[in-house]
Amino acid sequence: MTTTTIVKAPSTSAPPAPAAAAAPAGGVATGAKIRVHALRYNPQEPGSVPHMQTYELEQTEGMTLFIALSEIRETLDPTLQFDFVCRAGICGSCAMMVNGRPTLACRTLTRDVGPDITLAPLPVFELIGDLSVNTGRWMRGTSERLEAWLHGDPQARDICRIEEPMEPELAEKLNELDRCVECGCCVAACGTARMRPDFVGAVGMAKIARFRLDPRDKRTDDDYYELVGTDDGVFGCMSLLACHDVCPKDLPLQTQIAFLRRKMAGKGWA
Amino acid sequence: MASTSPTIAGAGLAERPRRSRVPARLDLLQSATGLVLALFMWGHMFFVSTILVSKDFMWTVTKMFEGYFIFGRPYPGIVSVIVFGILVLFVAHAFLAVRKLPISFRQWQMYRGHMKVMKHEDTTLWWVQAVTGFMLFFLVTVHLYQMLMHPGLIGPYESADRVWTGRWWPLYLVMLFAVELHGGIGLYRLAVKWGWFERGDADATRATLKKAKWVLTVFFLVLGLATLAAYMKIGYEHADRAGERYVPASVQPGAVQ
Repeated sequence: MTTTTIVKAPSTSAPPAPAAAAAPAGGVATGAKIRVHALRYNPQEPGSVPHMQTYELEQTEGMTLFIALSEIRETLDPTLQFDFVCRAGICGSCAMMVNGRPTLACRTLTRDVGPDITLAPLPVFELIGDLSVNTGRWMRGTSERLEAWLHGDPQARDICRIEEPMEPELAEKLNELDRCVECGCCVAACGTARMRPDFVGAVGMAKIARFRLDPRDKRTDDDYYELVGTDDGVFGCMSLLACHDVCPKDLPLQTQIAFLRRKMAGKGWA
Repeated sequence: MASTSPTIAGAGLAERPRRSRVPARLDLLQSATGLVLALFMWGHMFFVSTILVSKDFMWTVTKMFEGYFIFGRPYPGIVSVIVFGILVLFVAHAFLAVRKLPISFRQWQMYRGHMKVMKHEDTTLWWVQAVTGFMLFFLVTVHLYQMLMHPGLIGPYESADRVWTGRWWPLYLVMLFAVELHGGIGLYRLAVKWGWFERGDADATRATLKKAKWVLTVFFLVLGLATLAAYMKIGYEHADRAGERYVPASVQPGAVQ
């Protein structure tokens, strides 16, 4: 694997960083050099070989990986591919491997992970190019496989009828699980998913747990068993809990998977 | 669906296909056999470590398992029956757990690479569990066969002679580390897998469980090493009389009861 380095020419207009503007303990000081090592590979381009490319730039106050990557694309290398939409941890587009762990680039401060930052695309998902992956296709496949939508009572589809009220506590629990942005970090962090590509992943199990909690969903545990009651489903989970530990939205994945496992295992002799 | 539905070639084709319930049972059984074996290993360690108290105490525990204090004479066959039960549990657990191991180079490579870049403790601990589990297939089989066939040769001198003169100590030393790591990690994983002890804050519970896991692992490793050292010392000192049975002074002919 070859490695190339691109260094930004010193800017004459930028004021020198004040020496006192030090970053928090253990972090990279403002004005210091940071090196972004990005995996480059374009599967669309014949002859493209995966390699690391290094970009050197200056740490600025409050710099996120989003800002760093944008600066690289604007000033150093317009060909670098990566995804961003919201820049605020809401859309889930910018998940990538940062120093070996999946996380959202827009919520990662370079001073916390630098001065040497290694970036790679999320594994498991289809690679578009460089740091950009197609999580959407995988997520759609999972949603279809798990029928991750509300299976309500067809009779209740009368839009003139007032909806059944829901306890605020329950609504809160559902909202909590609905915070998933489908960034794919939990799947990329999962050793089981890496070994077994058919494994459902935490995102899928959390979705099932969410609909099971919803009284408007009329499915029973027997129905859910049909969806996740396999060794590719909840029984394949080896409780490595990296999903729980890397989730950028801090979803209670450990609790949800354990809950689903208890319910589904209970069907063994039921 | 009515049971009168016509059956065509292949059983159940007329029925709506339902997922097998076997995976659920296998999952539960894997956890259950692991739990029983791990708890048994705790008890086992306490029993063998009685040698650290005294030879007589260890002899008493041994004879208790042979039914000496109930029937008035030892029946080592009782030990064989217990060993056979453990053997069945062990084989069942190995059969169920082997489904999780990487079985191809690709899977091996994926997991190893993933583990190295992630540097995530529980992911690495799973690897330790997989490796030690694989080791135990062989180590435990040898040990259990010996116990099954020679249940009467357990005692202060009998065990010590086996450890030293019989050259079993290398096996026990490796097995000690494999068992304590595998069982300790396994119990921790069971707790987080099924959501045991979870009260409100799952992260805090998990941190406590992890700490408890390490404390227990270190405790049993230290106890196990001390116990093995004790048997090695007794075996070394008893080497020229290897094979002699241990008889406590209190039950020797002519002893004052």
